[in-house]
Amino acid sequence: MSAVIVFSAWEIAGRVPISYSFPTFLESMAALAVITLDGSIFIAYAETLKPLVTGIAISGLLGIGIGLWVGLSEKFEWLFAPIFIVMQAAPLAALIPLLVMIYGIGLTSKVFVVCIMAMPVIVLNTASAVRNTPVSLKEMARSFLAKDHEVLLKVIIPAASPIIFSGLRLGVSAGFIGAILSELKITPTGVGDIITFSRSIADYPTMYAAIFSIILLAVLFLNLLEKLENYLFEGNNRGYISD
Amino acid sequence: MAISQTSAQPLASTADIAVSVRNISKKYNQTEALRDLSLDFPKGELTSLLGPSGCGKTTLLKIIAGLLDANSGTVQVGGQTISGPGPDRAFVFQDFALMPWANVIRNVAFGLELRGIAKSEREAIAEKYIASVGLTGFEKSFPHELSGGMRQRVGLARALSVDAQVLLLDEPFSAVDEQTRRKFQEDLLSLVQNENKTFIFVTHSIEEAVYVSDQIAILLPRPSRVSEIIRPSSFRGKSVDNIRRDPEYLDIVDQIWASLRSYVE
Repeated sequence: MSAVIVFSAWEIAGRVPISYSFPTFLESMAALAVITLDGSIFIAYAETLKPLVTGIAISGLLGIGIGLWVGLSEKFEWLFAPIFIVMQAAPLAALIPLLVMIYGIGLTSKVFVVCIMAMPVIVLNTASAVRNTPVSLKEMARSFLAKDHEVLLKVIIPAASPIIFSGLRLGVSAGFIGAILSELKITPTGVGDIITFSRSIADYPTMYAAIFSIILLAVLFLNLLEKLENYLFEGNNRGYISD
Repeated sequence: MAISQTSAQPLASTADIAVSVRNISKKYNQTEALRDLSLDFPKGELTSLLGPSGCGKTTLLKIIAGLLDANSGTVQVGGQTISGPGPDRAFVFQDFALMPWANVIRNVAFGLELRGIAKSEREAIAEKYIASVGLTGFEKSFPHELSGGMRQRVGLARALSVDAQVLLLDEPFSAVDEQTRRKFQEDLLSLVQNENKTFIFVTHSIEEAVYVSDQIAILLPRPSRVSEIIRPSSFRGKSVDNIRRDPEYLDIVDQIWASLRSYVE
């Protein structure tokens, strides 16, 4: 329903038109069909998904890992938390030239950009979720003879999972931004190339089609993540009992 | 108080002592929570730890559970000195401590799960105890779908299912409503009679302590020590309906309030 409203508004705005460079919804969809049919969008995504998937996988695994550690150990928090707070606050676009200088214009730099975007929020959310595990749940596990790794796996992680997952969702969407940003700022490849190229030849419907497709992909990915969360921790999405 | 036997050495034979606390001291930074506290818990009986808030009764219970370390002194359960949580003790929490992501049967079976018992076996045991606390039909429910009283029944079933000799209850009924609480107290009495386990029960309700206890240890605060031990004698055998109008019950309630009154701000 909200999609229908947004698309209608887009169509109307395109027809008015508010700007010469703003195509209608239908034109953009037609352009999307064209690049889908000639296969160029798939080639583009094969290129874009490389840094995106690598970056998000690294950020997810490493981010949750470091986050757990930071949340469990105060020493480790003292050591690492400031790095991620700075990373989160840093204006990324300004750091890109530095990254290019160090890692060149290849895949490595782009993966770095995705990680810098995605990781801090995952680490910081995981850490604060772990630190706020209800004390009585941890005591419960220990009193029923849980070993340390069982407390972590069976209590701390499930209890922290709603906030870990919300961190993942934020991190993944930031990772998408990072992937596109890197393709626009470092070297135009993949979807970033379609956007840059079609803009340079004033083929605006194709440009918006590319933007639309990346948003669509991000939304689908986030939905998938939510499904995974509900599948893994069913009772959790109804919140905590605290009376 | 002629009718209640008040004494420092309640029972003679060590064989009848399930849990023995010897010279326990506990400090939190500068504050002294417990000082040189000794207390015996007779086997098969329910002992209440009663006292004003901040008197260290929950601290003492958590030390017995092995969840907290004492600064000095020892706790013996069944003659063995403890060094941490053990299979001989099970804990019932004030805030229930149920896992919101797990359904009732997994919550009840959690203690058995941690002991490495196979899924089918532990669920069979859990089902038995779910039935015994009157929650049949709610096995697949999640904690948020249950009322406060039902949640605590889950907590109780979890503690019973590991078949520990000593049950530690930390103000288990303080978060449930008055009527549910009365029902719980009656159920607890029959549990003590039928299960042949030792119960250690922390409460701040005088009436509740006198109603359910075979032995009441009054703790006084800052630093905590046992000020007296009361063993109600005449109404324990009576039916649950008659306890609250028994003269001894009323006398003990008054007597405890008289000794606690000055400690309540």
